Amino acid sequence: MKKELSVSAIKEGTVIDHIPSNATLKVVDILDLRGIRSIISIATNLASKEMGKKGIIKIGGKDLTKEEVDKIAVIAPDATVNIIKNYNVKQKIEVTVPSTIKKIIKCSNPNCITNNEKNVITKFYVLNKAPLTVRCHYCERNMNKEDISLL
Amino acid sequence: MNFKNRDIISIHDFSKQELLYILKISKLMEKKPNPDLLKDKILATLFFEPSTRTRLSFASAMEHLGGKVMGFASSTMTSIKKGETLWDTIKMVESYADVIAIRHPLEGSARLSSEASSKPVINAGDGANQHPTQTLLDLYTIQKVKHKLDNLSIGMLGDLKYGRTVHSLTTALSHFNPKFYFIAPQALQMPQSYLDELKEKKINFTLESNLLKVSKKLDILYVTRIQKERFPDPVEYEKYKGVYKLDTSLLGNVKKDLKIMHPLPRVDEIDESLDKTEHAIYFEQAANGIHVRKALLALVSGKIR
Repeated sequence: MKKELSVSAIKEGTVIDHIPSNATLKVVDILDLRGIRSIISIATNLASKEMGKKGIIKIGGKDLTKEEVDKIAVIAPDATVNIIKNYNVKQKIEVTVPSTIKKIIKCSNPNCITNNEKNVITKFYVLNKAPLTVRCHYCERNMNKEDISLL
Repeated sequence: MNFKNRDIISIHDFSKQELLYILKISKLMEKKPNPDLLKDKILATLFFEPSTRTRLSFASAMEHLGGKVMGFASSTMTSIKKGETLWDTIKMVESYADVIAIRHPLEGSARLSSEASSKPVINAGDGANQHPTQTLLDLYTIQKVKHKLDNLSIGMLGDLKYGRTVHSLTTALSHFNPKFYFIAPQALQMPQSYLDELKEKKINFTLESNLLKVSKKLDILYVTRIQKERFPDPVEYEKYKGVYKLDTSLLGNVKKDLKIMHPLPRVDEIDESLDKTEHAIYFEQAANGIHVRKALLALVSGKIR
């Protein structure tokens, strides 16, 4: 049987592979891809040997920076990010958890000011990368992976 | 060390040297009156939650230094009732005052206020999180009665789960190689995150529910109230209120120079019969709040370097 690519290759840009299926659209949000004018292909629930199901995002004409890539570490820590030039992988970027996480996650403490005052941007310090433990910049409460939820 | 314009939000923000420096200036303040030091300066005390000691002590400290005080003691009288955000309230106050002291029921409110304000903000208690000026006056009191901070055996008793004073004091004392005894019913014991921090710093601690089992070892016994207002469930509160009641019968089982502290207010956890003994230092502790707050007001105003 002929193997077909579900999403066609791109000439220039960024390919994010091995995203957990349920996080694919979140990655679109976190990277703020909605405003980009070039071609973006988003595929999810693709079959994957290692993951069962996975998502892929291909962003034409845009090279993500390391800083942007690290933003997705909380929801897609095992994603692979390749920068493509002329259909070839020019650079691989490893996703690593940044030392501070802004926006993205919500404080689990209902009594935290960030859950009660409008327009406060959440900020967390990463105490431990794996398993992920963070401390809220505002209420100073520690959160483990189980307590972490996305905004 | 320059504290000018520095916010006093959390004990986590201070190094050991900085803590000792603030204590040194507090001692200076106790020794020598400075009636004109903060002349023409205004302190705003924004108390969104009730308090007697802390608010009056801030006001007294400011007036002792020749400054003026304005503010409110309850949020019911303010535009918060009209839906104003904390950010906007602080933005307005910063143009009226030189220093802002804030107490607020939500955790992180003081940190947010410090980000809204270009003037220094002092946290006078943010929910169950931090109360750094209380911690500094606790340290000052311990240093004063024990003539040192290092290598002491410290007992913390009562509500260790919700009690912000014990949390901050534990963090602060961790700089001074203490041995901790956390004495509380299991449901009100120290949160795991604090115990993990102590383990990481290789600081010795023991968890206990029976005071008499460890009382003989203590140099300091820090008693706290079981705080009704922090319990999510009133039935839970009823279970634990009055679980510890210290009276003179304890004194056969303690060191001669044990000092008993309490951030006050007390309900029934320390009987009045202990007040007149040499062990009780909680009123002296409250009085020390003035010296420490004078020091902080002078430091953040840049009048002492």
